[in-house]
Amino acid sequence: MAEKVLMKGNEALAEAAIAAGCRHYFGYPITPQTEVAAYFAKRMPKIGGTFLQAESEIAAINMVLGVAAAGLRAMTSSSSPGISLKGEGISYIAGSDLPCLIVNVERGGPGLGGIQPSQSDYFQATRGGGHGDYHCLVLAPGSVQEMADFAFHGFELADRYRMPVMLLADGTLGQMMEPVSLDYGEPVTVEKPWATNGTRMQRKHNICNSLFLQPEELERENIRRYQRYEEIKKNEARAVSYEMDDAEICIVAFGIASRVALNAMHAARAQGKKVGLIRPTTVWPFPSQALAEAAQRCKAFVCVELSMGQMIEDVELSIRCKRPVVLCNRVGGVIPSPQEVLAAIEKAEKLGGETL
Amino acid sequence: MSMNILIAGFGGQGVLFAGKVLAYGGMLEGKEVSWLPSYGPEMRGGTANCNIILSDTPIGSPIVNEPDVLLAMNLPSLDKFESACVPGAKVFVDSSLIERKVARTDVQAFYVPATRMASEMGMDGLANMILVGRMLRECPALPRERWEEILQKVVSARKQNLLALNLKAMETGWNYEG
Amino acid sequence: MIVFQKPKALADCELHYCPGCTHGIIHRLVAECIDELGVEGRTVGVAPVGCSVFAYNYFNCDMVEAAHGRAPAVATGLKRAYPDNIVFTYQGDGDLAAIGTAETVHSAARGENITVIFVNNAIYGMTGGQMAPTTMPGQVTQTSPYGRDTSAVGWPVRVCEMLSQVDGAAYLERVAVNSVQHVRAAKKAIKKAFTYQTEGKGFSLVEVLSICPTNWGMTPQKALEWVDTNMIPYYPLGVYKDKYAQEAAK
Repeated sequence: MAEKVLMKGNEALAEAAIAAGCRHYFGYPITPQTEVAAYFAKRMPKIGGTFLQAESEIAAINMVLGVAAAGLRAMTSSSSPGISLKGEGISYIAGSDLPCLIVNVERGGPGLGGIQPSQSDYFQATRGGGHGDYHCLVLAPGSVQEMADFAFHGFELADRYRMPVMLLADGTLGQMMEPVSLDYGEPVTVEKPWATNGTRMQRKHNICNSLFLQPEELERENIRRYQRYEEIKKNEARAVSYEMDDAEICIVAFGIASRVALNAMHAARAQGKKVGLIRPTTVWPFPSQALAEAAQRCKAFVCVELSMGQMIEDVELSIRCKRPVVLCNRVGGVIPSPQEVLAAIEKAEKLGGETL
Repeated sequence: MSMNILIAGFGGQGVLFAGKVLAYGGMLEGKEVSWLPSYGPEMRGGTANCNIILSDTPIGSPIVNEPDVLLAMNLPSLDKFESACVPGAKVFVDSSLIERKVARTDVQAFYVPATRMASEMGMDGLANMILVGRMLRECPALPRERWEEILQKVVSARKQNLLALNLKAMETGWNYEG
Repeated sequence: MIVFQKPKALADCELHYCPGCTHGIIHRLVAECIDELGVEGRTVGVAPVGCSVFAYNYFNCDMVEAAHGRAPAVATGLKRAYPDNIVFTYQGDGDLAAIGTAETVHSAARGENITVIFVNNAIYGMTGGQMAPTTMPGQVTQTSPYGRDTSAVGWPVRVCEMLSQVDGAAYLERVAVNSVQHVRAAKKAIKKAFTYQTEGKGFSLVEVLSICPTNWGMTPQKALEWVDTNMIPYYPLGVYKDKYAQEAAK
């Protein structure tokens, strides 16, 4: 195993992207993800890659579209307001069935909001974000190691399913340092016969396009894409469970919120409470199955998130509202303390007792 | 066992670097570690702080809400974080910049005129490492014989000439009686 | 014997353009240049949003359809991925000079080694004849029904003049296709722009004054004349920048 190094999440994901064969990064400065661009600015010239600071987020995502259309691995990163600007391009990338990696190191919103960590782009990320029926495959890392690992594997998923993959992180995960191992070996790649990289007069021209003016044709395209999404839901929904074997209360949290929740879970266990944690590592597809199974045994759920309550809707949907779900949230860049999560656990215990 | 450390001061005092030395050292000692900085415009001339956790078990939240160890490098930092410390915490104060004493009686306070010492020894800007050295005597997380190795990892290749100075600052802190 | 035939780079299909529209001529000129330079196999085109949106069907090289105004950014990606490929965009006035101004100016500023074919017909055609950034003062459109009132909506944007101030631009020329003589000059300009790209000389843009009989509400013949009487005086033809000719002259 390679020696572990101490790296910021923003830097680790960049190095992992390079390991995945990404040689084209386009971005625009915005706190708290600027280290991603700075890292690529240093590294890309040394390895024959392209780092380009675009004139806007809009231009950056469209440059990604260009490289992806040519069949190479490309990525961009930003933080919440910048991701809104990229929304148009992401929709076109999804509509053109192109693979790429998009990193959102979330900060508080709406509007210019703040610069401190947030998870309030959950709906935007998991529902598509731009116009039209589409999804990004959304990965939710919970550590610096996962920032790197998910970036590396994100390219593979994007290529396999020909769709944009989003790494949904937050300011904390981007800025914090943890030991990380970047020992990946050769990336898995796929053939891209659809790429618009020049016919070489060997084949009919390829067209990369999202326009279908015939309603039936556009409908067919959408249905075909959603059939692929069904496969993804079946194959790629992921979650990590902690102490769920005997859990009566199930916490659901991802990213930085799950780290706080883990502290609360240990504290609750120390008090003799049977509390477990399910940490989704994909939020689209959402690991509904794991939650549905938990709802068979658990009395109540606690949803910890850095938003006014967005993931809680997926939690309630997944368990078909069979159990009460208590929301434990802070917003605007504030992160709930383990004590706040403990209080929510107590509330869940009461509600769970009432329903059973 | 886990040690939750908070280092706070003005931007430019080397708060983040000091944290990095502790985190890297912890990692080389085989501990689980996390390092979380404050970030944003407040860094530029304002206050900066850094949360470091060294632990024998996997770390949950990287946020240090209740420090076991506080390194306060200016008055606003002591004012802000003194009350957050756990009972029994060790509080290290740069007494050349902070005139007041630690008010709480349930924590252990250590006063080191680090900025003045650094200045007198021609090591301006290394008050941070003097405090770290003093702290490591009280909180033996990183054995002294490994400091140099740790610094080699943290000090960038371009600045290896500063390595010896950093080491000297740490040792000065360690040896400080008071 | 000279046989009139389609350029090889132009697909053998029916174009959807209105009768009298000059997009067909411009497509042909681009295709002829690709043929003559022998670069079809390594050329990738970027189609815009607007009347020429279906350009992706009309060229035999690989094609990408970009979002409105974003063609130069997409072209930047395509070019950076394969620098030896020949990458061109084909954009209208709304696409290039309104919603895509930033992408246009900055790809020029970067000296991006791409070729932009800019079709200026002073109106939004596909959406049914609205005021464009290049609509003439006083010109009646659906969204300037009393004529473009410069006191309220400002003045037309002269793209070649604007970009001539951008250091990164290598070659800028404005041409027209409303007469045989102008068409021949246009062909020469487009060929030069593509040639410059093959030589790695950087950003080139050819602005082609075009007509829109349908939305101008004129016969094609009248529209061709209108280019001479109304457009060319405001948008003078000629070379606005030729970095290499300038350097050679020094």
